[in-house]
Amino acid sequence: MNNTPILKINNVSKFFPGVTALDAVTMEIYEGEVHAIVGENGAGKSTLIKIISGAYTKDEGSIIFDEHEIENLSPVECINLGISTVHQELRLVEQLTVLENILLGSPIEKSTYFGKFVDWKATRKEAARLLDSMGINISPNALVSELSVAKKQVVEICKALSRNAKLVIMDEPSASLTEKELEVLFRIIRKLKKDGITVIYISHRLEEIFQITDRVTVMRDGKHIITDDVSNIDRRKLIKHMVGREIENIFPDRTISSGYPLLAVESLSIPGVLEDINFTLHEGEILGIAGLVGSGRTELARALFGVDIIGSGEISIRGESTFIRNIPDAIKHKMALIPEDRKLQGLVPDLSVGMNISLVGIDQILKNSLINKMLEKNIAEEYIKILDIQTPSWTQLIKYLSGGNQQKCVLAKWLVVDSDILIFDEPTRGIDVGAKQEIYKLLTKLASQGKGIIMISSELPEIIGISHRILVMHDGRITGEVDPRETSQEEIMYLATI
Amino acid sequence: MTSQEKSIVKSIRNFLLVSTREYAIIYMLLSLFIFLSITAQNFLSMNNMVNVFRQSAIFGILAAGEFFVIISGMIDLSVSSTAALSGILFAMIFKAGGVAMAPVAIIVGILAGLIVGLINGLLVSKLEIPPFIATLGSYLYIRGIVYMTTNAYPIVSLVDEYKFLGRGFIFGIPVPVIIMVIVFIVSIILSERKKLGRYFYAIGGNEEAAYLSGIDSVKIKTLAFTVAGLMSAIAGIILMSRLGSGQPNAAIGYEFEAIIAVVLGGVSFSGGKGKALNVFFGTLFVAMLVNGMTILNVNPFAQQIIKGVVFIIAIWADVLRNKTSK
Repeated sequence: MNNTPILKINNVSKFFPGVTALDAVTMEIYEGEVHAIVGENGAGKSTLIKIISGAYTKDEGSIIFDEHEIENLSPVECINLGISTVHQELRLVEQLTVLENILLGSPIEKSTYFGKFVDWKATRKEAARLLDSMGINISPNALVSELSVAKKQVVEICKALSRNAKLVIMDEPSASLTEKELEVLFRIIRKLKKDGITVIYISHRLEEIFQITDRVTVMRDGKHIITDDVSNIDRRKLIKHMVGREIENIFPDRTISSGYPLLAVESLSIPGVLEDINFTLHEGEILGIAGLVGSGRTELARALFGVDIIGSGEISIRGESTFIRNIPDAIKHKMALIPEDRKLQGLVPDLSVGMNISLVGIDQILKNSLINKMLEKNIAEEYIKILDIQTPSWTQLIKYLSGGNQQKCVLAKWLVVDSDILIFDEPTRGIDVGAKQEIYKLLTKLASQGKGIIMISSELPEIIGISHRILVMHDGRITGEVDPRETSQEEIMYLATI
Repeated sequence: MTSQEKSIVKSIRNFLLVSTREYAIIYMLLSLFIFLSITAQNFLSMNNMVNVFRQSAIFGILAAGEFFVIISGMIDLSVSSTAALSGILFAMIFKAGGVAMAPVAIIVGILAGLIVGLINGLLVSKLEIPPFIATLGSYLYIRGIVYMTTNAYPIVSLVDEYKFLGRGFIFGIPVPVIIMVIVFIVSIILSERKKLGRYFYAIGGNEEAAYLSGIDSVKIKTLAFTVAGLMSAIAGIILMSRLGSGQPNAAIGYEFEAIIAVVLGGVSFSGGKGKALNVFFGTLFVAMLVNGMTILNVNPFAQQIIKGVVFIIAIWADVLRNKTSK
């Protein structure tokens, strides 16, 4: 790394109707560095990235990349200049092979008598060379649809390199990776750095910033707040810059859980998915479930909630043995599932906040079997107040709310029907630090009201921070139970990979 | 593209974006109305206005049915064939039994529509056949049934009472218009005030989230098609009555008029968005356009071209709107 800027951003602004998404941002990215950009949702990170990669045009200011002024370039022109983006939602053609994806758009061609043709031999060699250099075992002939998310990401990075990228922008690359896969990603980033390629790294997980990046830029409300060497800054200062205030302890005090058993699961199994699951959830308890992606955590949640039928075993709710055949059954037993993918599974984006909130408890807003606007409004406004949902009105379409507020609406939907066994699957995925803290407070408050909470999470600090007990899963089994007051991240990781 | 072409495309895009918000269809309808009032002779005459409404009735009822399928995130291409089947059964029973059998004729026609809708619904929700393909198949086989039962001969020499639903008047208002208005009032209540209507929007807006909220998506999707089948049956009965006979090849191509009306009404093809009242305005727009073109002596083949272009532009507007709302 040297201190010659490869990318100079001068006073760049971007306006959307009613919002200043970027407010005179000025910063420099040095050649060959790994540069983190952090900030809460809505801070302007994505907008900035989209302008650099040609997806948006800026309204003011100038951007100079590698001595070229970036002005009204299309994404393809940016890629040709050497700027590649690895998106959070990977942009690969699932039905094509790894080889075809890597060289899509930039195949090696040979001229023949009949015109230009793809030179498959040279192309294959080049793809194999790129994959080899990543030090990970992926066959060029494998179909992309058969790869894990982590491997797809590697393919995406190879694709960027095949176009001679000088700057690779990674937008939340770690969001769906396991710890092990994260190591692979870090190794690749270090290799890119060694080869003199500049990396911009965007992540919500602050630990990663300290592990892999050289410098970090904090953005807030569309403004550039600070850029500094990672070695000069600590986690607390970083959070302070991100939220604009000091956050003392992001986890609320643990309440005491000593209630009656709400849910008891005995030797629950689904052949090939879950094996001999036993646990009890008590009133007022937050039961954390840790484990890697694919350990059976989500499958367990689905089985409890009646999405998947259990093979054998027994579930008792409030001491009564029950069989949950489908979701309406689970709802009748006052169970709720707040799913891991808010946008795809949690909310109906084009319906209003109020309509989303009353979706499960719709019978409560019926009068003479017609939907009553007054009742609908009352319920919506009640929960907007209780959960402190930030929305201009209950009739606002839910898609315009921030992630944290959307998550609260999904929760409200279940509180309307007075659910008291709440299963949260990754409740804070993709939401920012301030909103996370609020969700933690809510979970703790719900527990103190006597509800039982199952919290599935990949983020070890949060699961240790707010659970009363933690079950660790691996390969469809519970491999251990730990006390969060005495355990460590290492112990949980050990049980998760046993 | 030259920069001039680019700017033309851009200005059309901007117009479409602005003009396809919720109330856009009302402005479009008013503009068309004013334009035709000035350019087309006799357009404003009482007779012609009644005509426009009467022409719109059958398409309007079909569009109302199509609306429920589209807000649920699907499409029904079979509505025209279903209308023909219901109408033909109505005509056959009416001919065999006379006026006394009229209620039976109506009930059988409507039952046929409900059954076809139910089958469409089960094909899509239970067998998980994509709606476009499933109802394209229905479009064919149902028309086949119509030809089989009639041997492709029209059913003629029906008594005058047969024509009441299609050509009759109550208090000076054409019966089809009265039925259409009732259909739209029911559609507005069903879509905006009934639980089922809310479920249609939820399934169309995000099926997975609706399912995880305890909504039985198989049942709701099946019901959406059943409603479309019911509406098609009503439209088919009115159509045959208006024709004064039972025509096996009646209503061919009507699904397009219905879909155009729905899309012009600002209902999104991606599901979960749109209002029944605007579909009504969309229907009037199409009827007025067709009526105006006829008065202005536009070549009937050219009319088809214009309808096709209007259809594509309406869809483009929907695509643009979905893009920008992300």
